[in-house]
Amino acid sequence: MKVLEGLDDGPDFLSEEDRGLKAINVDLQSDAALQVDISDALSERDKVKFTVHTKSSLPNFKQNEFSVVRQHEEFIWLHDSFIENEDYAGYIIPPAPPRPDFDASREKLQKLGEGEGSMTKEEFTKMKQELEAEYLAIFKKTVAMHEVFLCRVAAHPILRKDLNFHVFLEYNQDLSVRGKNKKEKLEDFFKNMVKSADGVIVSGVKDVDDFFEHERTFLLEYHNRVKDASAKSDRMTRSHKSAADDYNRIGSSLYALGTQDSTDICKFFLKVSELFDKTRKIEARVSADEDLKLSDLLKYYLRESQAAKDLLYRRSRSLVDYENANKALDKARAKNKDVLQAETSQQLCCQKFEKISESAKQELIDFKTRRVAAFRKNLVELAELELKHAKGNLQLLQNCLAVLNGDT
Amino acid sequence: MVQNLQKLCSMMTEKIFLQIINSLRAEATEEVSLDSPEREPILSSEPSPAVTPVTPTTLIAPRIESKSLSAPVIFDRSREEIEEEANGDVFDIEIGVSDPEKVGDGMNAYMAYRVTTKTSLSMFSKSEFSVKRRFSDFLGLHSKLASKYLHVGYIVPPAPEKSIVGMTKVKVGKEDSSSTEFVEKRRAALERYLQRTVKHPTLLQDPDLRQFLESSELPRAVNTQALSGAGILRMVNKAADAVNKMTIKMNESDAWFEEKQQQFENLDQQLRKLHASVEALVCHRKELSANTAAFAKSAAMLGNSEDHTALSRALSQLAEVEEKIDQLHQEQAFADFYMFSELLSDYIRLIAAVKGVFDHRMKCWQKWEDAQITLLKKRETEAKMMVANKPDKIQQAKNEIREWEAKVQQGERDFEQISKTIRKEVGRFEKERVKDFKTVIIKYLESLVQTQQQLIKYWEAFLPEAKAIA
Repeated sequence: MKVLEGLDDGPDFLSEEDRGLKAINVDLQSDAALQVDISDALSERDKVKFTVHTKSSLPNFKQNEFSVVRQHEEFIWLHDSFIENEDYAGYIIPPAPPRPDFDASREKLQKLGEGEGSMTKEEFTKMKQELEAEYLAIFKKTVAMHEVFLCRVAAHPILRKDLNFHVFLEYNQDLSVRGKNKKEKLEDFFKNMVKSADGVIVSGVKDVDDFFEHERTFLLEYHNRVKDASAKSDRMTRSHKSAADDYNRIGSSLYALGTQDSTDICKFFLKVSELFDKTRKIEARVSADEDLKLSDLLKYYLRESQAAKDLLYRRSRSLVDYENANKALDKARAKNKDVLQAETSQQLCCQKFEKISESAKQELIDFKTRRVAAFRKNLVELAELELKHAKGNLQLLQNCLAVLNGDT
Repeated sequence: MVQNLQKLCSMMTEKIFLQIINSLRAEATEEVSLDSPEREPILSSEPSPAVTPVTPTTLIAPRIESKSLSAPVIFDRSREEIEEEANGDVFDIEIGVSDPEKVGDGMNAYMAYRVTTKTSLSMFSKSEFSVKRRFSDFLGLHSKLASKYLHVGYIVPPAPEKSIVGMTKVKVGKEDSSSTEFVEKRRAALERYLQRTVKHPTLLQDPDLRQFLESSELPRAVNTQALSGAGILRMVNKAADAVNKMTIKMNESDAWFEEKQQQFENLDQQLRKLHASVEALVCHRKELSANTAAFAKSAAMLGNSEDHTALSRALSQLAEVEEKIDQLHQEQAFADFYMFSELLSDYIRLIAAVKGVFDHRMKCWQKWEDAQITLLKKRETEAKMMVANKPDKIQQAKNEIREWEAKVQQGERDFEQISKTIRKEVGRFEKERVKDFKTVIIKYLESLVQTQQQLIKYWEAFLPEAKAIA
């Protein structure tokens, strides 16, 4: 299923998405030096191919404007390369976009195909349209999330200069980054285990610096609460969608009643059926907008707060290293053996720690600014959309009632 | 009798006359199948006050079978009634069922409901009165009315359904929300049941109904228990009926009946489908309400831990808005159910009653048919006796022939009567149905309007808070 930007057969909320999503979760100033976006995407079986489009005035690139095709695994490769790069230890690494997941949608489409015989033609067409719209929405979301990742990298003063990033943007062949095989995945798993075990140890150390102490307490709690809010918001949006789907079925049943009834109530039923169809579209939009402005926002900040926590962890690790180096130096001085070596080592640790602390401080302040701006933007837009839809619904209902009351 | 009616015609006041003219105009397209032209003005299918389907002869027959008041009284009363209404009484009676109260303890406990009647009809001694009734009393009333009127073609509104599980919870004393919900659902259903019953002009006249509404003490209806002997007998009879229905092949001379039966069959199917969808909506709306409440709490927690003051405040406000919206969803689910869903389930049961009435007509036809066959056989017997020259047997045969000729005549009359009654009843039913659906659906849409208006209020209050985040 090829999805072109202009091919919007769904309601106009999709085009809202198009424009708004670029800056939806992050308040970025994109400048002429480097602008990245995903201009096109193709869904092929279980792969999604993103066309990454770059416009840049930087001398690093051969041309001013160019595009390449990338897949999800290549984004992950880029993200992991940042994580593994020691030089970036002091920065919040933009969270990786989640894997495109069309399984649920595909299953539903399949079930619909199987159940075709048991419903009327109108119902089948309606449900098919619904599911196609759903598929399209998920598709647009995954495009947006991959794009946000790239934009965050492009906006970061240090990360935008990364060589791997430039290769990612420019190299027009396949990067041949196979997904991690089993062995590597297992290695990752153990690394994460060690990290969390470490995390427990390291977090026990009270930080001398008030700023970081506060940040750590804050982030730990915030992360957990965002996780909870994100899950609950998801459930709420899903219920909303189920209710909207029911309106669809009710509309169909009323239509059938209206066409079969022998009394003068048939006109009445047909009008009410029309109302339910229209109101259902609005309810579906409400659910989609809540998903976008609330659920997605919370999900994104769940990932970002995790990235911030990771930064704190890395800083704590380097602090521990520094303290160990101090102890080693004292021991060396006491024994008067390998003192120079210990001194150099200690100095390196000190430098590393101070570098991380400095950039971390700035990163965390920026994180807060970004977060506040994103929440503000999304909450305002959420309220505005809710109002717009409620007013639309009200209008529909009042018009319908006027007609019905006039008839009877 | 015809002369009496003609006298009544001329006694009618202008108001009632106009009412009938208007109703006839409204039904221009609806057929009114009645044979005697002078009856037309009175016996239109509109349930208007002065119109009581006056067919007292059929009422007498069922009366004798029942244990309640005797036939002649009914006839007199109905003539009285017409005279009273001719003098300007308006069809005005309002029933309320309220104040469910638990009486007794343990498994013998029951709920008593207050039945309040407000009326200006002169057949009642007071204009406002109330009594206490329990569920089995309602079932008893329905049972009596059904036994009197169903088999002559009247569509008797069905009583609310029994629920052993629901009632047991209440008896055992669980004070939780599900038992309160159950009681409320039942109370509303009982109210709708009575309102439908009194709207039926013939049933309104019934002394059992009046006794139910008026008298402070009511003999306990014992044969309505779910698992009683009588209950099981009823079930067996129903099964036998179903088998019989399959074997009766009626020569339908009137296409109207076949058409109507098909229509009701279709309507039944459609209503069931719609009902299922509405029930799903109620369920999902309740789910939405619960999930919104959970999210509200979560958002409040998030607001608490957010260290940017303005954002923290906005998040708390969001939590408050979502809490209010949760309330809204709950109220809407309530409306979804009590207005829309219950209307549909009431009508699904009413249509079952309509189908029952059509079945009775078939049985009536069968009886007539059987009488004709028996008469034929008796005539054959007579002929045989004549050939065999047995004078005493001939006399017996002739007697039997006379007997069965009368039965055939009665059978034909009964069949014609029930057909006529059904046509009227179906016409009345369809009018009621149209009115009911329109009224309730409009009310339901108004509830949706209210919800949207509230939503607008809440979000409008929140928007400046969100914008105030700096």
